[in-house]
Amino acid sequence: MSEIPILSILIFIPVVGIFFMLLIRNNDDQSSQNLKHTALWIAFLNFIISLSLLFSFDLNNPDFQFVEKYAWIESGISYHLGIDGVSILFVILTTMLVPICILASYESIKFSVKEYLISFLALETFMIGVFCSLDLVLFYLFFEGGLIPMFLIIGIWGGERRVYSTFKFFLYTLAGSVFMLLAIIYIFISTGTTDVETLLMYNFTTNEQLILWIAFFTSFMVKIPMWPFHTWLPDAHVEAPTAGSVILAGVLLKMAGYGFIRFSIGFFPDASEFFAPFIFSLSVIAIIVTSLIALVQEDMKKLIAYSSVAHMGFVTLGIFTFTVQGIEGGIIQMISHGIVSAALFLCVGVVYDRLHTREIARYGGLVSKMPFYSFSFMIFILASLGLPGTSGFVGEFLVLLSIFSINTYFAIFATTGVVLAATYSLWLYRRIIFGALIKDDLSEMFDLTRREIIIFLPLIILTISIGLYPKPIINIIEPSTEKIVNQIKMKLD
Amino acid sequence: MQSLVYILPELFLFIVATVLLVTGLFLKNIKLINLLAIFSLLVTVILILNQPFQSAFLNSFIVDEFSLVLKVIILIGSIASLIMFVSSKDDLNINIYEFPILIIFSTIGMMVMVSANDLLAMFIGLELQSLSLYVLAALNRNSLLSSEAGIKYFILGALSSGLLLFGISYIYGFSGNTNFNLIAVNINPESLGLIIGIVFVLAGLAFKVSAVPFHMWTPDVYQGAPTPITGFFALAPKIAAMGLLVRFLFNSFGEIYIDWQQIIFFISIASMMLAAFAAIAQTNLKRLMAYSSIGHIGYALIGVACFTDEGLRSLLIYLMIYLIMNIAVFAFLLSLKRNDGYFENISDLSGMHKNHPLRTMLIALIMFSLAGIPPLAGFFGKFYIFVAAIESEMLFLAIIGVVASVISAFYYLRIVKIMYFDEPKEEFDGSSIKSLNLLYYPSSILIIIFFIYPSPVINISEYAIQSII
Repeated sequence: MSEIPILSILIFIPVVGIFFMLLIRNNDDQSSQNLKHTALWIAFLNFIISLSLLFSFDLNNPDFQFVEKYAWIESGISYHLGIDGVSILFVILTTMLVPICILASYESIKFSVKEYLISFLALETFMIGVFCSLDLVLFYLFFEGGLIPMFLIIGIWGGERRVYSTFKFFLYTLAGSVFMLLAIIYIFISTGTTDVETLLMYNFTTNEQLILWIAFFTSFMVKIPMWPFHTWLPDAHVEAPTAGSVILAGVLLKMAGYGFIRFSIGFFPDASEFFAPFIFSLSVIAIIVTSLIALVQEDMKKLIAYSSVAHMGFVTLGIFTFTVQGIEGGIIQMISHGIVSAALFLCVGVVYDRLHTREIARYGGLVSKMPFYSFSFMIFILASLGLPGTSGFVGEFLVLLSIFSINTYFAIFATTGVVLAATYSLWLYRRIIFGALIKDDLSEMFDLTRREIIIFLPLIILTISIGLYPKPIINIIEPSTEKIVNQIKMKLD
Repeated sequence: MQSLVYILPELFLFIVATVLLVTGLFLKNIKLINLLAIFSLLVTVILILNQPFQSAFLNSFIVDEFSLVLKVIILIGSIASLIMFVSSKDDLNINIYEFPILIIFSTIGMMVMVSANDLLAMFIGLELQSLSLYVLAALNRNSLLSSEAGIKYFILGALSSGLLLFGISYIYGFSGNTNFNLIAVNINPESLGLIIGIVFVLAGLAFKVSAVPFHMWTPDVYQGAPTPITGFFALAPKIAAMGLLVRFLFNSFGEIYIDWQQIIFFISIASMMLAAFAAIAQTNLKRLMAYSSIGHIGYALIGVACFTDEGLRSLLIYLMIYLIMNIAVFAFLLSLKRNDGYFENISDLSGMHKNHPLRTMLIALIMFSLAGIPPLAGFFGKFYIFVAAIESEMLFLAIIGVVASVISAFYYLRIVKIMYFDEPKEEFDGSSIKSLNLLYYPSSILIIIFFIYPSPVINISEYAIQSII
């Protein structure tokens, strides 16, 4: 198996797909249908290939697998790919969400279909690349490259204030990331390599660590996002087309969480330990403040966007406990949030396609017209608030458990976030689904179409199965997480 | 006599230009003359590649790896602007057979510049280059803007030449030599007069590369000159002046680099920051590209300021990528044609992706590349510059650099925004741009796929700098 460069194949299949799609010249309805089918098949093919990763993945091996390494720019900067237990699930999450996104855009994208699909496939390349790359320059390339297609996706096919939002998104993230670039260059100069595996063994001096940590942190903090640099996220979410929101919440935010695990705590354990209380404070503030903000939102997407910030607060809490439980909890929380928030945005997209508004007050009593929709929406709402038996519970529980063992105060404050999450989620659900169907324009609403059921079904199954039986996932994550934690312990001693 | 062999490429071009000048009088076929010019430039490339490395005329003219690489880059730029000329000469009212000849003369000047190892050779090259450019800028006699650009460029250019000459006289006076190597030998680090000389020469050269605070001519000349000439301004002369700057500073004043380093340091920061802010307010694409080039020169100057081989290498990488990006941009600008009229306002691009999807996609990527977003080529240019800066412990310069690149991302994004997000206007003509495609597609594809295999550019740069350090 090791001879086949499977990660490169995963990364570059969408690029090949882009070439195919450039060949489709016409611009009528028929050809745009063809384009959508082509893109869907390419994305689906990629998903199938990524599943094969799961089967050939060695669960007992905590090291990087499927490693590929070629000389690239010069000595020290190589084309180095590989995944371990931490990253494999993100790769699969990405390849799973992209076909779903393309399927979800079948009806809602009406113009410039070709550019849209090309942007999406390019984005997939960059996202998979981020999780696979074991070289900092390569990582940065993919990390930043994703901005280009996302800028176009929000800007061209977004809502009314799309220009403002997409500029804010782009410049915020770029401004955050350039300092990481300087840090990467500094690392390259002082150690002579940007190879992640080598650097994980390298010991930076404490002073170096502090400065480099801050540089990496500015980038990830904006991207994940943490309070108070989260303001681009609600704007971007609200204006992005449904599929754009899905991929933004589902994958792009996770890049930063992944970066925290892999780089921040892996390279700079002393600095991470030093800054941990700071991170905890920011996370707890984020959890409480953004939950409260979510309570007063009038716009469905905005509400879910703010809830994303709160959920990512749990992720950072978990990661910086440096315990196996905490990091595992953070990863599972990210995977679960990737599925659930993606699904919630899809839920918003379903009613938005029918009524073309995201204002909560315009809805009400949908349950009588859309029973299937109400059912799936409920599952995701419950998962989002972390009900036991859904995927949301596992991650949050592990994170809270680990933070309790570190610091009780932070844990108490974080727990209030769970209560607040229940409040805004259930209230959102009540206002949209329950009550009497009194508004006239809602009488035309129809239930999920077959295409939409196909979209929701895998997400529902995953949400519940991870919630009921998280063991397989934990089995994948655990060895690598243990290795990371041991390495940190070793370096700290 | 032996020395004449070493300037064979320059000599060849000079003869060609003179012959063409005479034939042009009788032969009214501009296209043919242009073709001959392109052909002879290609022949020059071959001559250069086969030249032995040697110094001529009492070591005042050097043929080495550095000059070889820069000359080839300059010739590529000249050829590109001649191709731009063919596609647009009728509509821009510059249907004059002297155009290719002036370009050749200017190119000879630049080739002398990058080979110059003597203050006088340097001045001769610089003036030959500049005088041709003054005429070129004013080539469209019927356009007020073009004449204004020519006059403005001439007056300010003459002033800068004066400053340069003044500086040269100081350097000669205080070191007793005009040869770069001999100046380096006879240098007296304590001498204030020498420093004054360096400052004046640097001011003159900063004018030629359009670095802040000597950049004022750039936007006006860029806007006023016919687009193929603007393209030429952006491509070749800056690269030549940069090469001259490097040889002048490194060969003769390497010993007292502390003194000139801070000057370069300042003009680099000033160029990056001023360009980033000033470009935001522009509405004319050519003016915007003028500020963009000021900013890019600021980045390239970081490479000079480092005074390391790493810095020099990054400078050359940067210049090569800059050349490719600018060829693409100006070929694109010339393709914005509708009903025999050219458009150069940013708002004219509005919604053009509806009618020209492929062309717009490529130019959007070029814009991202100019902004330095990975994985495009522009990113690698900046990456190496920052590597060099951090390696020579100029963290401050690197931080200013990244901040300026974030700010300048804004105006590049604005172009993308207008092309993609705004309401479409009428279609642009597609017929007359066949020869431009020759420039446009290869250069944009090079920029996109650069990241797959960047080693050739890096190797060429490493090859080039071995004769300087």
